[in-house]
Amino acid sequence: MSTATLPPPLTKKDFQTDQEVRWCPGCGDYAILSAVQSVFPELGIKRENFVVVSGIGCSSRFPYYMNTFGFHTIHGRAPAVATGIKAIRPDLEVWVATGDGDALSIGGNHTIHMLRRNVGLKVLLFNNRIYGLTKGQYSPTSEFNKKTKSTPFGSVDRPFNPVSLAIGAEATFVARSVDVFQSHLKDTLKHAAVHKGSAFVEILQNCNIFNDGAWFSLTERDARSEHVIQLAHGKPLVFGKNRDKGIRRKSDGDIEVVPLGNGVTESDLIIHDAHHPRPSYAFLLSHMEHRPGFPTPIGVFRAWDDLPRYEDVMNQQIKDVIAKRGPGDLNKILHAGDTWEVR
Amino acid sequence: MSTLIESPLTKHRREKIEQAVIRFAGDSGDGMQITGSQFTNTVALYGNDIATFPDFPAEIRAPAGTLPGVSGYQLHFSSSDVYTPGDAVDVLIAMNPAALKVNVADLKANGILIVNSDSFQETDLRKAQMTSNPLEDHSLDKFRLFSVELERLTRVALEHLGLDAKSMDRCKNFFALGMCYWLYNRSMDSTVRWIEDKFKHKPLLVEANKLAMKAGYSYCEATEAFQISYEIPPAQLAPGVYRNLSGNQALALGFITASQKSGLRLFQGSYPITPASDILHELSQYKDFGVMTFQAEDEIAAITSAIGAAYAGALAITTTSGPGMALKTEAMGLAVAVEIPLVVCDIQRGGPSTGLPTKTEQADLLQALFGRNSEAPIPIVAAATPSDCFWAALEASRIAIKYMVPVILLSDGYLANGAEPWRIPDAADIPEIPVQFATEANSPTGYLPYKRDPQTLARPWAVPGTPGLEHRIGGLEKQDVSGNINYEPLNHEKMVRIRAAKVAAIVQDIPEIEPTGDSHGDLLIIAWGSTHGAITAAVKAQRAEGRRIGHVHLRHLNPLPANLGEVIKRYKKVLVPELNMGQLLWVLRAKYLVDAVGLNKIQGRPFKQSELEQKIEEMLDA
Repeated sequence: MSTATLPPPLTKKDFQTDQEVRWCPGCGDYAILSAVQSVFPELGIKRENFVVVSGIGCSSRFPYYMNTFGFHTIHGRAPAVATGIKAIRPDLEVWVATGDGDALSIGGNHTIHMLRRNVGLKVLLFNNRIYGLTKGQYSPTSEFNKKTKSTPFGSVDRPFNPVSLAIGAEATFVARSVDVFQSHLKDTLKHAAVHKGSAFVEILQNCNIFNDGAWFSLTERDARSEHVIQLAHGKPLVFGKNRDKGIRRKSDGDIEVVPLGNGVTESDLIIHDAHHPRPSYAFLLSHMEHRPGFPTPIGVFRAWDDLPRYEDVMNQQIKDVIAKRGPGDLNKILHAGDTWEVR
Repeated sequence: MSTLIESPLTKHRREKIEQAVIRFAGDSGDGMQITGSQFTNTVALYGNDIATFPDFPAEIRAPAGTLPGVSGYQLHFSSSDVYTPGDAVDVLIAMNPAALKVNVADLKANGILIVNSDSFQETDLRKAQMTSNPLEDHSLDKFRLFSVELERLTRVALEHLGLDAKSMDRCKNFFALGMCYWLYNRSMDSTVRWIEDKFKHKPLLVEANKLAMKAGYSYCEATEAFQISYEIPPAQLAPGVYRNLSGNQALALGFITASQKSGLRLFQGSYPITPASDILHELSQYKDFGVMTFQAEDEIAAITSAIGAAYAGALAITTTSGPGMALKTEAMGLAVAVEIPLVVCDIQRGGPSTGLPTKTEQADLLQALFGRNSEAPIPIVAAATPSDCFWAALEASRIAIKYMVPVILLSDGYLANGAEPWRIPDAADIPEIPVQFATEANSPTGYLPYKRDPQTLARPWAVPGTPGLEHRIGGLEKQDVSGNINYEPLNHEKMVRIRAAKVAAIVQDIPEIEPTGDSHGDLLIIAWGSTHGAITAAVKAQRAEGRRIGHVHLRHLNPLPANLGEVIKRYKKVLVPELNMGQLLWVLRAKYLVDAVGLNKIQGRPFKQSELEQKIEEMLDA
């Protein structure tokens, strides 16, 4: 029997760096950093096996504050850099910190292709619906007619819904949480952490300088329960201060909000199924916040983990070829094809 | 029975000659590239030295029979050293009027012209914008014209197979190939083997193509159409085992070798682009070497995934052409800032913008040197010949790993698709590429990611997963040694200077350059890249006439060899021939204050030997 003792368990402090955190006081990013630093030690993963990769933007300063391997890359490209890391080292736990501009504007292409491939990355999209680091232009998640420095008469483009976009790209894990809902956020991060394929988490985050209150309708104490519905796998879709409303399927396949009572019970409501192999139901859920009277869902929309990870398939293909052909012989390929000898 | 009487006049002669240049030209759908490469393989196997020039349109299939649809393949083969695909053509095979029109100007007077007369109907002539039939109007009288009914004869040869007319017509290039084999007394064996392998699941096509080729051969024998055939003895190449190798194949083999010699996994991030895609096709076949090929969603993901792979400890490369280089520039700057090994291959083509996708050019040198924001120096190596791409790949990998830098490797369309015989090295003779990953903290206070090796100025390579070496890197300016974010003015200047000094320090590793030809003299030619062959041939010819010329062909374009300035001073004049507007010329004039002169060609085609000779004479005989 081995007498080796286990190393002391990691703590939140082990994931903090000596670097001064340079976000604005009151920024929602602090809460996200704290949640991630709390969750990492609970995952049973060695510190040296964590890599945090980011692009550009306020959120992308994240790696500097995490005492792990960290790579602050260039605008929008974190998913591609992280894909390269994962391809070579599938054993590493790679998290991507990104924002609404980084992931959905300049890096939109990489985001959808990472999700399509199901690379085993955890992606935290900090959505504050504004460009913060460049000091206040509208972002691809800003609401229509948003008045900002670059759109003094209002923006004229419609926003992306990041959750819908991720589900549309057939991401295998899609969730949403909120910076100030600390315990919900930590739970959501833990769900993401155990997912093997791409895990996409939108975190609604407040920029108190350039877009203060973007999510107040969801986060203010009185409004919260009326405007937010918490998704939990196997549980009915219920919301409201008194848990007196729910989401029901209509006969045409659409959904509706119904008050509970008067013969309507929880058994009439949709039972949330996050594990459904097809993304259409999750997509329907992701769209309800745009409809009058419907709440905004948070929690895990979709967690279907039967699809192999890209890096595993990639490495398995190599192993299969080696098993079939044997390991490559350099002299053999140098001499491949027709050769002739000059004496 | 009558006895056949042979007339001495019609009996065919066999003439021994030293060299020949042959060009196959036809429609994009006529299989000219296959025909050309089969002929090439056969003569190379026989032992001739060769140089090839495939020249094809960017369009996959331009409308049949039109001028833009013409595809050509030129081969120069010889019993002595070959440096270029040849300025002018001895034998031209033209499969239709358009191919004739596009190519006939390059055919030597009294050269052999084989045309497919079946494709000279009125509609064919119209598609080629010809107003009269050149087979009838005496415009081809200065050539030895052989009008051959390639389609009809091929159909006759294949009629018993039960193929449809279209399928039979598709074999006519093999009929033409068979004729050429007869003309140069070559065995059809290797092409037979190729056909059998290529169509192994379509026995009928194996039969059809073999029959067509043999029919072409027999046609020449039976009709004695040519009256003469040629014999080109094998070349006296250095002893060894040879194969025929194109530039893109050579690059792929070079990187696999670098991977084996460094013990690093090879990762290629790439997005398909002409003329670089073949490197991806090649490397993707070598999974048994652990090669990981990643066809990315775009050029930017191609390089950034490679940066991620390098960060994780791979030998990472990205392969592209000019437009892709433009897209990769920001990421190259990141690689400069984070100081990780990476090889960026630019297979240059005509530009700007989409430019001439299938045509060659050398106009990305200044982009490679300077095409990034701010001060972002990158070492550059250039390949000189198709097979030299193998060695260039090894050298680029070695520099990248040793100095922890991104390296740009410049090739071009001419090298990529051109082929030459390559003396295969023994893998054991190729030096190892040492790699040292950091395994423990390099200071009492922990791991310092920017604490450098004093000699190379390389920073340590600590890959994720190494206990105790957790650290952060990124594109923001960092403090010397610690790597922490730092915006202080003097630190920034120091870091800019260190990054420049690190690239400059590579010069300690670059052999001093020694010109070929005259070590002192009247003219020094300084060049780089695919102009090597044409310049070598021109210098040889001009020196034979008594002119005193040296030739320096630069492998390293950044940094330049330490003694280049001294070498320049040994000559009265300096000529810099380039397939661009004078980019190396610009660098040399700035760096050495030398009144060098350019010879610049921007036509999407390589130099002809004669163009270089003319310029040399102009400079020396004035």
